[in-house]
Amino acid sequence: MKMPTPDASVLARRAEIVNALRAIVPGEGVIVERDEMRVYETDALTAYRQLPMVVVLPTTTEQVSQVLKYCNELGIKVVPRGAGTSLSGGALPLADGIILGLGKFNKILDIDYANRTVTAQPGVTNLGITTAVAHEGFYYAPDPSSQIACTIGGNIAENSGGVHCLKYGLTTNNVLGIEMVLMNGDIVRLGGKHLDAEGYDLLGIMTGSEGLLGVVTEVTVRILRKPETLRAVLIGFPSSETGGNCVAAIIAAGIIPGGMEMMDKPAIHAAEEFVHAGYPLDVEALLIVELDGPEAEVNHLIGEVEKIARDCGAVSVRVSESEDERMVFWAGRKAAFPAVGRISPDYLCMDGTIPRKQLPLVLNRMTEMSEKHGLRVANVFHAGDGNLHPLILYDANKPGELQAAEDFGADILKLCVEVGGVLTGEHGVGVEKRDLMTHQFTEIDLNQQQRLKCAFDPEGLLNPGKVFPQLHRCAELGRMHIHRGQIPFPDLPRF
Amino acid sequence: MKTHLKPTDADQALEAVRWAISEETPLELVGNGSKRALGRPFQATHTLDLSGLTGVTLYEPEELVLSARAGTPLAELEALLAENRQQFAFEPTDFGPLLGGEAGRQTIGGVVSCNLAGPRRVKAGAVRDHFLGCQAVSGRGEAFKAGGRVVKNVTGYDLPKLVAGAYGTLTVLTEVTLKVLPAPEVTRTVLVRGLDDTDAIRVMALALQSPYEVAGAAHVPASLAGGLGVEELGTGGSDAAATAIRLEGFGRSIEYRAGKLRDLLGGFGTVDFLDREPSLAFWAALRDVKPFVAQPERLVWRLSVPPADGARVVADIKRRLPGSDAYFDWGGGLIWLAVDPGAEAAGQHAVRGAVGLGGGSGGGHATLIRAPDTVRASSDVFHPQPAPLAALSARVKETLDPKRIFNPGRMYAGV
Repeated sequence: MKMPTPDASVLARRAEIVNALRAIVPGEGVIVERDEMRVYETDALTAYRQLPMVVVLPTTTEQVSQVLKYCNELGIKVVPRGAGTSLSGGALPLADGIILGLGKFNKILDIDYANRTVTAQPGVTNLGITTAVAHEGFYYAPDPSSQIACTIGGNIAENSGGVHCLKYGLTTNNVLGIEMVLMNGDIVRLGGKHLDAEGYDLLGIMTGSEGLLGVVTEVTVRILRKPETLRAVLIGFPSSETGGNCVAAIIAAGIIPGGMEMMDKPAIHAAEEFVHAGYPLDVEALLIVELDGPEAEVNHLIGEVEKIARDCGAVSVRVSESEDERMVFWAGRKAAFPAVGRISPDYLCMDGTIPRKQLPLVLNRMTEMSEKHGLRVANVFHAGDGNLHPLILYDANKPGELQAAEDFGADILKLCVEVGGVLTGEHGVGVEKRDLMTHQFTEIDLNQQQRLKCAFDPEGLLNPGKVFPQLHRCAELGRMHIHRGQIPFPDLPRF
Repeated sequence: MKTHLKPTDADQALEAVRWAISEETPLELVGNGSKRALGRPFQATHTLDLSGLTGVTLYEPEELVLSARAGTPLAELEALLAENRQQFAFEPTDFGPLLGGEAGRQTIGGVVSCNLAGPRRVKAGAVRDHFLGCQAVSGRGEAFKAGGRVVKNVTGYDLPKLVAGAYGTLTVLTEVTLKVLPAPEVTRTVLVRGLDDTDAIRVMALALQSPYEVAGAAHVPASLAGGLGVEELGTGGSDAAATAIRLEGFGRSIEYRAGKLRDLLGGFGTVDFLDREPSLAFWAALRDVKPFVAQPERLVWRLSVPPADGARVVADIKRRLPGSDAYFDWGGGLIWLAVDPGAEAAGQHAVRGAVGLGGGSGGGHATLIRAPDTVRASSDVFHPQPAPLAALSARVKETLDPKRIFNPGRMYAGV
């Protein structure tokens, strides 16, 4: 993985930079020892590692502002970091950059039931928000699998999703306001406790911007009342095609489940061996459909889904009759990643989204690719929204297997784009998918996105080397190529 | 000479933009012009009329996705969706009659560009939440695409969000892709009668805090309830104030939830129900600001505030601007306000002063929706921004439209 060449002049001034940072963040907030920085050398994409130049752990927005302003003036690169659960290398350090850790921003600032909002510092975990309001019967809807560890600030950086997103939306649909700091040190507030934020939707742009535009220092999210009832149906199919058809038929019937997840045979077997959820082992695809809402509605819709499933050729249908049973249905799916980890020394988790109807085609092509690359693949996916997570099984100790796994993964993501989907549904581009961006976007599309970064960070110091395959100077991106009188428009109707 | 350019495909739109850039002349971007009187008045010699870019380019009901060229009339798309029992869940506002024009004229490009969502905003989100992708022309004379056609997509920056609500000041949209959702089988409204604003906000908060999946929460005081034109609301008197909670979904579920809400809210006042037809009429009238359509001389403001602050904000404005009228949507978070003409600078100091009191993470904003050109030219139509945010917004404009070709000054001077 090629990263921006470290700036020797910055590295040469390390001692001076450390002193300046210590003046801003006193006490133990600046980490310089190699051993102590080791925990920051990678995020959850552990294939890539790099020690940063220095780690800074500020405790106030004012400190963040001063750190960024200082780095901006001296041309020092900054990589913001939450809990480091990014799966695409979004928080991978740079050798000549500082890691700006937001872990000490870990307080809930305001719970407002009348407005149905929680305002929190960015280092609060996703689950921490739900925990803070659960006793009043509320929750925060987006539920990434890493929710016990990942932070709400990181959720904004990655626009995180989860099982609930089909019905309740992603992070971007549930964040109402933020306070953020720009690279020049400006502190900007976007949105608040009100629903619509007027002006350019910079909150929308910040969400999912992978730490390239600004550093979030406060977050206001909307919370929802917990549904009265949750029930799940476990449906087995003789083929992934029949399973895919069933997903389409449920949606066509006007039903939007709280969650709709599918697993293929290898994933079912791995999960069953791991948690003994009672999954059927003789099926090719297993679908979990969860209905949530008022009791009368859930009971009615469960019946509808059961009927649709049987009409689609389901070979087994089980409806949860208790909360324990519902949790057991989910236990296997939620443990699918570690379960697969038990049947293979290593695996790569991919993350592409496709139009749902392309599922059978994509699964068939994946089987062919599996043979071509000589590696097994297990599949779990958010079936409701077409978000695939193929797990490519490999052994890092076998020469060439990591490369083969990466090639296989790239082929899958290219296929996702080919059938009308996208390279990443929820894990982000980071460094992992950076060089594949040209498969989804033209140079013009990418330049436009990079120009937007220039508005936030003209020197390109915030998390460079992520998301975009080529680093451009803002001055170069600013040039225009239209000249007076060169383009007539004879065909255009004029009045 | 004033030129009216009406491209019929994306290439022609690109050509027109390139011409304007080469001439360094601004363009007014319009669809069918239903929201033309919205925003700050600005000077553009030439018009880029996008109403010729029409047609659905992709509609897959089972995928919950629809793409159409930007000039396609919304009414056409809504009819198509209705055939498949689907809808745009954000329930777009129709400003036609409010701004002195006809109803039902808006195009999908205009709907997206102004991001004006209706009552279902509380449950389903705004237009921007359903806007998945677009084809567009930048003010650099480049055609580009952003976003995609799938719901889950974090590939690069979410440029569609930026374009939604930019009032045509950043790009020319040529094609848009939106998420669609199933239309509800049944709709019904629970009405609590005779509440004052403060109690109404409390009732709406209780409903929205309940697990009964409220798809609209509004309060119309007695003075404006008659203006909605819904017969079932009655004809005045102190009990005429209507606090409305909308339920949508499957039949049996609606019955159950309506019963639960009656039990929950019954202590506050008399509870009535509006069934399908009057319920549809009520929410459409509320959405399209009908009470103020028949009062064309009054200035109309749209305020977005923390919902629990709604009654306080309105009381404060009424103290400063006696004779003003207001009703509430979004559980109190959206305020429609009519101000008598003659107030200084459209009453903006009074209105904005009331909104700004929350501070901190509260926030809010007020937009002057209807006022004569002269008033809109001399007032801040959009809420003034703090300096760092204004500077950032100007830099964002620069990245997409450096020559300030598109609707210059429509939102903010210099942007």
